[in-house]
Amino acid sequence: MKRNVISEGTEWTFELIQEYDQEIARVAAHYGLDTYPIQIEIISAEQMMDAYSSVGMPVGYHHWSYGKQFAAVEQRYRRGHMGLAYEIVINSNPCIAYLMEENTMMMQALVLAHAGYGHNSFFKNNYLFQTWTSADAIIDYLIFAKNYISKCEERHGVEQVELLLDSCHALMNYGVDRYKRPSKLSAQQERQRQEEREVYLQSLVNDLWRTVPVKQAAEQDKREAPFPSEPQENLLYFLEKNAPLLEPWQREVIRIVRKIAQYFYPQRQTQVMNEGWATFWHYTILNHMYDEGLLTDGFMIEFMQSHTNVVAQPPYNHPHYSGINPYALGFAMMTDIRRICEEPTEEDRHWFPDIAGGDWVKVLDFAMRNFKDESFIAQYLSPKLIRDFKLFAVLDDDAKDKLEISAIHDERGYRYIRQVLADQYNLGSREPNIQVYNVARRGDRSLTLRHSQYNRRPLNEDTDEVLKHLGRLWGFDVRLETVSDDGTVEMTHEWKEKEKR
Amino acid sequence: MTQIIDRRLSGKNKSAVNRQRFIRRYKSQIKKAVGEAISGRSITDIDRGEKINIPAKDISEPAIGHGSGGRREGINPGNTDFVSGDQFERPPSGAGGKGGDASNKGEGEDEFMFNLSREEFLEFFFEDLALPDLVKTQLAKMTDYKSVRAGHTPNGVPSNIDVERSLKGSLARRIALSAPYRAQLKEVRARLEALQAQPDPDSDEIKALEDEAARLKKRIDTIPFIDTFDLRYRNRVKQPMPTTQAVMFCLMDVSGSMNEYRKDIAKRFFILLYLFLTRHYERIQLVFIRHHTVAMEVDEDDFFYARETGGTVVSSALELMYEIIKERYPTSNWNIYAAQASDGDNWDDDSPLCRDLLMSKIMPCLQYFAYVEIEAKQPQNLWREYEQVDEAFGNFAMQRIHDLPDIYPVFRQLFKKQQA
Repeated sequence: MKRNVISEGTEWTFELIQEYDQEIARVAAHYGLDTYPIQIEIISAEQMMDAYSSVGMPVGYHHWSYGKQFAAVEQRYRRGHMGLAYEIVINSNPCIAYLMEENTMMMQALVLAHAGYGHNSFFKNNYLFQTWTSADAIIDYLIFAKNYISKCEERHGVEQVELLLDSCHALMNYGVDRYKRPSKLSAQQERQRQEEREVYLQSLVNDLWRTVPVKQAAEQDKREAPFPSEPQENLLYFLEKNAPLLEPWQREVIRIVRKIAQYFYPQRQTQVMNEGWATFWHYTILNHMYDEGLLTDGFMIEFMQSHTNVVAQPPYNHPHYSGINPYALGFAMMTDIRRICEEPTEEDRHWFPDIAGGDWVKVLDFAMRNFKDESFIAQYLSPKLIRDFKLFAVLDDDAKDKLEISAIHDERGYRYIRQVLADQYNLGSREPNIQVYNVARRGDRSLTLRHSQYNRRPLNEDTDEVLKHLGRLWGFDVRLETVSDDGTVEMTHEWKEKEKR
Repeated sequence: MTQIIDRRLSGKNKSAVNRQRFIRRYKSQIKKAVGEAISGRSITDIDRGEKINIPAKDISEPAIGHGSGGRREGINPGNTDFVSGDQFERPPSGAGGKGGDASNKGEGEDEFMFNLSREEFLEFFFEDLALPDLVKTQLAKMTDYKSVRAGHTPNGVPSNIDVERSLKGSLARRIALSAPYRAQLKEVRARLEALQAQPDPDSDEIKALEDEAARLKKRIDTIPFIDTFDLRYRNRVKQPMPTTQAVMFCLMDVSGSMNEYRKDIAKRFFILLYLFLTRHYERIQLVFIRHHTVAMEVDEDDFFYARETGGTVVSSALELMYEIIKERYPTSNWNIYAAQASDGDNWDDDSPLCRDLLMSKIMPCLQYFAYVEIEAKQPQNLWREYEQVDEAFGNFAMQRIHDLPDIYPVFRQLFKKQQA
């Protein structure tokens, strides 16, 4: 094999990073990865901790919870309980990837391939990211948010803004549209704007008509009409638009938190896929480069060591076990799809007739674009992988005395395990389903939420506290009703405005 | 397409503001932890950071989630010998099938732990206290410069020419440059003399030698008396002069009535004041003055450990202090603090003298004067005279201490924020 290695030592330089980047870009293009331009930023370990504690946002508004996060990270890092992540990558255009200065050359190349080309192409092409995030605008929006919030702090006091942010953060998980798609057609926006104008004109007219006596019956009808007309899943959006007592700046702050929650929502839904995709590509790209003779054996040995650490999956009875490692599962699934395409077995032909023997690059590309964790697992988890991971399902039902093994990695269990595992990654079932159900417009203006119970699971003990925050934003009483699986409704939590004092 | 940016030098401590907010928000919890830490430490050991534990539930951010209960099913990897349909007891707590104890590292999950730096720790310790007169400190934040001599340079402004050095240089150069000609000249003259001494001098040769001598002489004369090369200028550099410097006078009565216990109290009082000053000044000098009937400036060891006997004349110490201030610590450069500890005994006629000394001479120079009377049964005459000073000057404080635990409260009271 001809050898024209890029570098020998472990030290990195800017020139070397550039050279590696060129080679990686060439290989990535060979496999058809479609990416945003990359902006590599070299940072120190301390800056990495900063980036950590601001949930990976390159610019963030100030809030005590980020300080707490930083203190915790710093503490654990100092005591050696954890190493820092090798990389943080930001879904923006250009895609920002942080490289730590402590990394070796091998590590920088690995991070480049992983984040700069793996995650990057995922951000650009996965349908969730395309639908929900705008990579071009996010940095500008974060800067806007930071400036806006610090302006609010100047004007209304740090305390006030902090209380408001606390309340918003408590509801952050309920600040996203799960099912509704955002309107992106400009024609649609135009229509909406026009409607708004109409409503405004109508409101002027309404004022004129208010003095005219209304028929009793019509009044009756109005009183019955529930508000909102349909249950609303996006609590923050509902509050932003409808909370009666908020001032305009408070609505804008709610909007900021909501927008940021929405921006991160796709990441929470594609952990396995996103990490799996990036890991698969750093593995594939670097191996390709090694085969071309660009990398030394030493580089490869160091690389394999890091790589195997990342994709290690300890078994359930191991002291370090803490659930399924998304890197391990994702990488294994991506690799498995390639295997099914390249060397399908009888079993694969039976389970995956569509892709067995297909072009793996195309099949993987399709999978990356059109799925999220839940559907990806439901679609592509193969019996072979279930056997390799020795997956088994444990059923914990509080109506029964004992735990039960409901399925293992055998012929009868494959579909069942696949389905349960997919469900485990379904945010819709992982988080309680709570929606705005009713506002007593004519009565005490109380807000009623409904929690549709899932598998009889109750809400956790934070609920009362969160309700307090909700009440702070709404300004009047807040009730939470639970609809159990059999359809009975029961009020489970309540916050009264009077309790505020 | 790829752009590489080196960010290492920019934007460190991006989280500093967030950290401050976090600390401010949990002030009461942290303060409690700091209080506990202080009671567990010796006072001399106060000057370092602390690990702070806060109950995690106090600072958790609430979020709605599923509580335990209901029906849940989970997938785990690494099956060894289960077959479907197996049933087993619920593990005592935590999710089913999870092995391993999460916290065997001596740190419970219920506690949120982080490090308070030394500065932050002391900030809490000194909270509500402020230097009584911070005007000088604020002024001193802008660094003063003083120009200091730093040898000589070959270039500069004419007014800085050092004439003596320049002429020395000129002389040296002239000697050095003319040396070969003078040697030749000497030789030529010797030959000329020898020639003239001959009975029958060769006039041509004499002429030639004379010409040569004249030529050499001319060469020597053309060497300039002074050249720009010789010039030397006095060099001055600006040196930052921190005026955030303070001197702290420790005055203590070491007469026979001051026993070890009282001295110990006094010592802790001085240490606390010193620590307090380190928070505000970069450099602090200590001057120890002990006195009985006469006062002496001593070092720290002697101050605390040497024993003396005899009567007490407080004014001697004050006089010595005033002299030292005049001599070594001009008020334009120094923030001067004084702490005096005594058991209250003084020679009766001396107390009014002390008062006058303080009021007319010393107090105007000082930032602050703190006086503590240790274990005095009754206010003595010194106390009564000092009360008059206290009334006249806002930056004078006096306090009576009875027991070790009194120190800290007294200290706080001494330096409690003055309502402006």
